[in-house]
Amino acid sequence: MAKKPSKPSKSAKVVSFASNAKAAAKSAKPGKADIDKFLKSSGLDSKREKEIGQHIGYRYDVNLVPDYSRITPFLKKYMEVMGWDDLNWLEDVHLGYEEGRAAVFDRNVNGWVTVPPGIKLPDNQQDRDMLARELLIKFQMSRKHPMVDLNRAYRKF
Amino acid sequence: MALRTKSHEMGMHTEQLAGRTQQRFFSPEESDNFTYADSFDVDFNKRAELDAGPLSSKEVNLKLRELLSKGYGTVVMKNPGAKHAIAVGILNRLNLHIEGSLGYFGCGLIDGPNIRIKGRVGWSCAENMMAGTVVIEKNAGSTFGAAIRGGDLVCMGDVGARMGIDMKGGTILVGGRAGAFCGFMMQRGRMVILGDAGKNLGDSMYDGTIYVGGKIDGLGVDAVPGEMTQLDIDWLNRKLKQYGLKAPKGVENMQKIVAGRQLWNYDNLEPAEKKIVL
Repeated sequence: MAKKPSKPSKSAKVVSFASNAKAAAKSAKPGKADIDKFLKSSGLDSKREKEIGQHIGYRYDVNLVPDYSRITPFLKKYMEVMGWDDLNWLEDVHLGYEEGRAAVFDRNVNGWVTVPPGIKLPDNQQDRDMLARELLIKFQMSRKHPMVDLNRAYRKF
Repeated sequence: MALRTKSHEMGMHTEQLAGRTQQRFFSPEESDNFTYADSFDVDFNKRAELDAGPLSSKEVNLKLRELLSKGYGTVVMKNPGAKHAIAVGILNRLNLHIEGSLGYFGCGLIDGPNIRIKGRVGWSCAENMMAGTVVIEKNAGSTFGAAIRGGDLVCMGDVGARMGIDMKGGTILVGGRAGAFCGFMMQRGRMVILGDAGKNLGDSMYDGTIYVGGKIDGLGVDAVPGEMTQLDIDWLNRKLKQYGLKAPKGVENMQKIVAGRQLWNYDNLEPAEKKIVL
């Protein structure tokens, strides 16, 4: 007598979930992706992202360590002034994307600073990150930075 | 109250805030400023000594600030006496040498200075650190570099549990062993442990990278082995050399741990799947 086809059991789900985990771990590996993906499209890939209309996770590889052969003269001078042998906190700064525009995140104002439209973006992430670092320093150390007014208004001593 | 009046007078509560993007302040042609607008102009060659022995924690911090305002760029602090919360809130260029040990919450909330500590440190050293370098020549307590956001934090010896809990950036280097739950809820940044790592390493990590030179007692939820790249190897070699550290079995043989990214969609999972992830 032929067996009736059974309903998918919980264990079947476990198997499919485990393969999802493997796929996720694989996607975490460095690979070649379209560098302009978030400039050309909304970048909402998964069903969940489309549902909520928001991208899940960072829009750049936060684990990408800098390639020091691409460092700019401005950043070299900054390291020298600060007495550091490397980029220090700037190792965590990457060029990201906000509302379809290239931008860099300023942790001091908790917001994205968009890259001025006249600046041509390099064709690789390492050079884009160096550009983002340079722009961020110029923004943060500017006398026009919003923190300057906040400091004046709220400083205690 | 006076502060509130002052901020109202400056028009800070009438400004229309639209979105999170800021661009009106920025100009790439800005002159080359390398330090914050309100920071003190100091000279690394101008050196001062500070005896912390007879002072309270608050007095030590105020004295440091006074020395910065006078342009001293190198300060040697003697007799810190394991006081709590000293050398905190320094948002300036500074070379600070501490000849002794610190208590709890030493060097917290710093943005820029280079600090070298000859002794040990207690809980939560360099908590919320933003930038700069902190080097500890001996051992460190628990929650070392809690919520660190940037800079290099180095402990030549062993560290306690929950190192880099909630870290959001920066680099933590440990020459010896590390306790349990290191990298708990890590969001980004890099952690390098040259010795053995305790239980539940990288538990609930969202992103970031952990490199381990010794044995791992156990990985936490959603922490998975990653693939070491040549960029990782070069970066590790350079960083370790910078602080005079060496991987016992060589950098190439270190283990790399990354986030499995299953918790990113935790709310979307079926109950059975949630059980597997946890």
